[in-house]
Amino acid sequence: MSRLPVVLSGGLARIDGPLLFLRRTAAAGYNEAVEVVGDDGRTRLGRVAAVDEERIVVELLESTTNLALATTRVRLMGEPLKLAVGPGMVGRTFNGVGKPIDGGPPVAAVEARRVDGLAIKPVARVAPSEFIETGITAIDLLDSLVRGQKLPIFSGGGLPHDRIAIDLLRHARLPAAGDDREGEGFAVCFAGIGIPHATAERFRRAMEASGGAARTTLFLNLASDPPAQRLLAPRVALTAAEYLAFTEHRHVLVILTDMTNYCEALREVSAGHGEIPARKGYPGYLYSDLASLYERAGRIRGVAGSITQLPILTMPGDDMSHPIPDLTGYITEGQIVLDRDLARRGLYPPVKVLPSLSRLMKDGTGDSFTHPDHPALATQLYASYARAVQARVLASVVGEEGVSEVDRAYLRFGDHFEREVVAQEGPRTLAESMTAGWAALRLLPREELHRLSGEQIAAHVGGDREVGK
Amino acid sequence: MSTARVTWVGGPVVRARPEAPFAMREAVRVGDLGLLGEVVRLEAGEIVVQVYEETTGLAPGATVEGSGAPLAVRLSPGLLGGTFDGLLRPLHLGDDPFVRPGAPAGATPPLAFTPTVRPGERLVAGHPFGEVAVGGRTVPALAPPRVAGEVVRVAAARAYQDDATVCTVRADAGDEVEVSLAHPWPVREPRPVAARLVADAPLITGQRIIDTFLPVARGASAAIPGGFGTGKTVMLESLAKGCDADVIVYVGCGERGNELAGLLAELPELEDPQSGRPLMERSVIIANTSNMPVAAREASIYTGVTVAEYFRDMGLSVAVMADSTSRWAEALREVSGRLGELPGEAGYPAYLSSRLADFYERAARVRTLAGTEGSVTLLGAVSPPSGDMEEPVVVHTRRYVRAVWVLDTERAHARFYPAIHPLTSYSEEAERLAPWWQAHGQPHWEQVRTRMLTLLEEERRLARMARILGAEALPPAQRLILVEARLVNEALLRQSAFSPVDGRCPPARQAAMVRVVARFLDLAEEALECGVEPETITALESYRRLLRMGEEVVGEAAFATLEEAVEQDFTRLGCPAGHGGGGEGGR
Repeated sequence: MSRLPVVLSGGLARIDGPLLFLRRTAAAGYNEAVEVVGDDGRTRLGRVAAVDEERIVVELLESTTNLALATTRVRLMGEPLKLAVGPGMVGRTFNGVGKPIDGGPPVAAVEARRVDGLAIKPVARVAPSEFIETGITAIDLLDSLVRGQKLPIFSGGGLPHDRIAIDLLRHARLPAAGDDREGEGFAVCFAGIGIPHATAERFRRAMEASGGAARTTLFLNLASDPPAQRLLAPRVALTAAEYLAFTEHRHVLVILTDMTNYCEALREVSAGHGEIPARKGYPGYLYSDLASLYERAGRIRGVAGSITQLPILTMPGDDMSHPIPDLTGYITEGQIVLDRDLARRGLYPPVKVLPSLSRLMKDGTGDSFTHPDHPALATQLYASYARAVQARVLASVVGEEGVSEVDRAYLRFGDHFEREVVAQEGPRTLAESMTAGWAALRLLPREELHRLSGEQIAAHVGGDREVGK
Repeated sequence: MSTARVTWVGGPVVRARPEAPFAMREAVRVGDLGLLGEVVRLEAGEIVVQVYEETTGLAPGATVEGSGAPLAVRLSPGLLGGTFDGLLRPLHLGDDPFVRPGAPAGATPPLAFTPTVRPGERLVAGHPFGEVAVGGRTVPALAPPRVAGEVVRVAAARAYQDDATVCTVRADAGDEVEVSLAHPWPVREPRPVAARLVADAPLITGQRIIDTFLPVARGASAAIPGGFGTGKTVMLESLAKGCDADVIVYVGCGERGNELAGLLAELPELEDPQSGRPLMERSVIIANTSNMPVAAREASIYTGVTVAEYFRDMGLSVAVMADSTSRWAEALREVSGRLGELPGEAGYPAYLSSRLADFYERAARVRTLAGTEGSVTLLGAVSPPSGDMEEPVVVHTRRYVRAVWVLDTERAHARFYPAIHPLTSYSEEAERLAPWWQAHGQPHWEQVRTRMLTLLEEERRLARMARILGAEALPPAQRLILVEARLVNEALLRQSAFSPVDGRCPPARQAAMVRVVARFLDLAEEALECGVEPETITALESYRRLLRMGEEVVGEAAFATLEEAVEQDFTRLGCPAGHGGGGEGGR
């Protein structure tokens, strides 16, 4: 139900924050795109936020500075906001609204896609499966990422999430595609949302240095850009990703960082609309809004290609119960949590294993995807580490000497596990990660390994190491 | 039909100027695409419509068309095996992979109908007039609950579209009513029944922690509150796959698309433990994922329970899984916010509690209008923000359900699934269901259950002490309690949802497992009396075998062997069974 674009000039009655109030002299539909041109000749993007018989309320996604009531021209696009996409996007750098900022020419468009996307019917989805190797043991071995999944990283201010993002950008690959690491099959769409200049520069350099240009597309929304644009940046990146996945049939990994900046912008815009806030001033629809982004991960039946999401967010005050991580965790298929204590001890990546989880791990690991004993190994490491953490609490009260022989074995295991399994120098293949995992289990008495079968123990852990006898 | 003109659009709420009267809660169609909506407020000269679909592109001047009836769904035997949106529109038909506003395309296949009434006979409201074959079984074709009279014509046995007239009835008032295999029913109105019955048999779920420890009755309701990552969805999916209801209505309300896709891929592959047919044939999936329109999420819960009542009226036992009622409550809050209503607790509207009551009260075991017995069991997941069990949705839900299965974050972090906490959870049904278990393999069910729960309670107390003093510092009797509690936890409460052997644990297997564990506990306590150290008991080979019993022991014979091994292990400890209990009889 699209209409032809119409230009209105001089109908502007009021500008209030990001909102423009226009007299309705032409037809306009709710949520349709608007271009606003001021005296300075710059074009700003907006959308119809509400419309009644007398007036049109336009929400501007960019700065209203320099706009005047008399001289502002408004173009009603007659259709929702779209992004022109084409194969030339790969290797390029764009801003948060999808304009090139690398000095190159505009992208030759093969189609225009709605930036809001459309919900995939649950029946048309293919359940995610097949393993993606990230090179990070804490993810690959313990909380595996699966094609079509959305797995966020819960970080905090000052934690090395940027370094993790860069490592992912460089090393993530599809083991199924085997040797074509740089091949056509895999692509990365990276959206920096409200990130500082220095960080943006770091990502740009990382893309160039790693030769990732053949597979990477950057969307950079800087901290200095208007907040309303942050709402667009992840949608633009996802629209590009959907094109690459569902039209060009590539397996796309979308990294969104930092989602906390996105939510802050949403709160700011919502307050600007005068909406009733729910928890901590965030709008009541924060869950639905986040879902409209995260749910764009997935695979479609009969279509090659997939979208896998790794959103990164910083938990305000390291609080996992804050609405942003909380609602994210309710939508995503698991989470990888970073830990300040591990980071302080110089361990990288500082993944806090116990609260981390990949819900879809079972669909991408084991027999047909990785290694038959991979799931059992991960479960055993989890159980043993949980016990080691308990033993630590005990040891901190009664002293290491006061705990039982078995608990002391757990203490040794816990330290080793953090230093040698979770922490790592360079990227590891899954096989290397598994070797590290089996080695850690050898520190424990054999009869403590309840989550392994006798055969698994015999094959990987080896002979009896009875403790305390 | 009355019409109105749109005057204001701002998201899913639309205002319009009526040209003829509209009724409150009347279903309407909005704009060229015929977007489905409902009148939620009436004023002189204005109606406010909540639209259940995306309103992008909608402009002032668009028409609003009234339907003259409240929001209703079309109920048909053909729903079985299908996947629908929150308003019961099929998602499984057509090739378009995306949800688009407007009526979805696609035709349902015809249904094989056999009449069971003849012209001249009297058709009573809610009684069957024929039979329909769907998904490998025969279900009655029911007259709508308000249609009764003398059968004038009835169609011959063959396949019909579910909207074709197959029976004509002369109502008592004299006018002729055409009856098809499908009939509409308003979603917010419970379907009438002849009588409500006492719910005195359990819904067998195949989950030990539920069936044996925290049972729910057929026709009752239960809530599953849990923070994210505690396994709510896996739990509900296991129940959908494993429980012994005749029909499953699974409502994915504001949840993940990928999970539903997983369920949809799995159900056709799995076998119904009772009929041997694919599980999908007994299932109706209502999918309104988190990125589908919010307002329809609000309706989806009612849609689900209405479908359940429809199959209940056929004399079937139906279980509804609603994942998650919190998303439904949030939709309620969002729509309420857009209407500018005064917010109550945590921004939820003040009527949250009564809406929850309306929903859970629709759980019932009944005698249907047709005289058969049917039931609707409601199982609702609750997703409290930051796992807070004091928040409004959890608190109000607790008031209306008979069992609460609290999912525990600590257990989930240790990958202990199902993460239902045996102590903070409860079931008010235990007493009423005891006779059933007594007749089904657990003669001492109540005592054993109480004993094990007491053991876990004591362990909770001791674990706190052990954390301060170290377990070694406890006397042997208390150390034994820790050992015993671990056995109950690991051997009975732990159950892998994905295990082909243990994923669904039938009552007989549950009884066998409980029996061997209870026997071990008896013998361990006797051995302790003889002076055997708890550490000697944990070193027994049969202890380790019990811990892994869920995965490794299958079949009656294997349990008998295991029981024998337990007896032998303790005999070898030198304190023969039956000689230690008396105190003086021991050493």
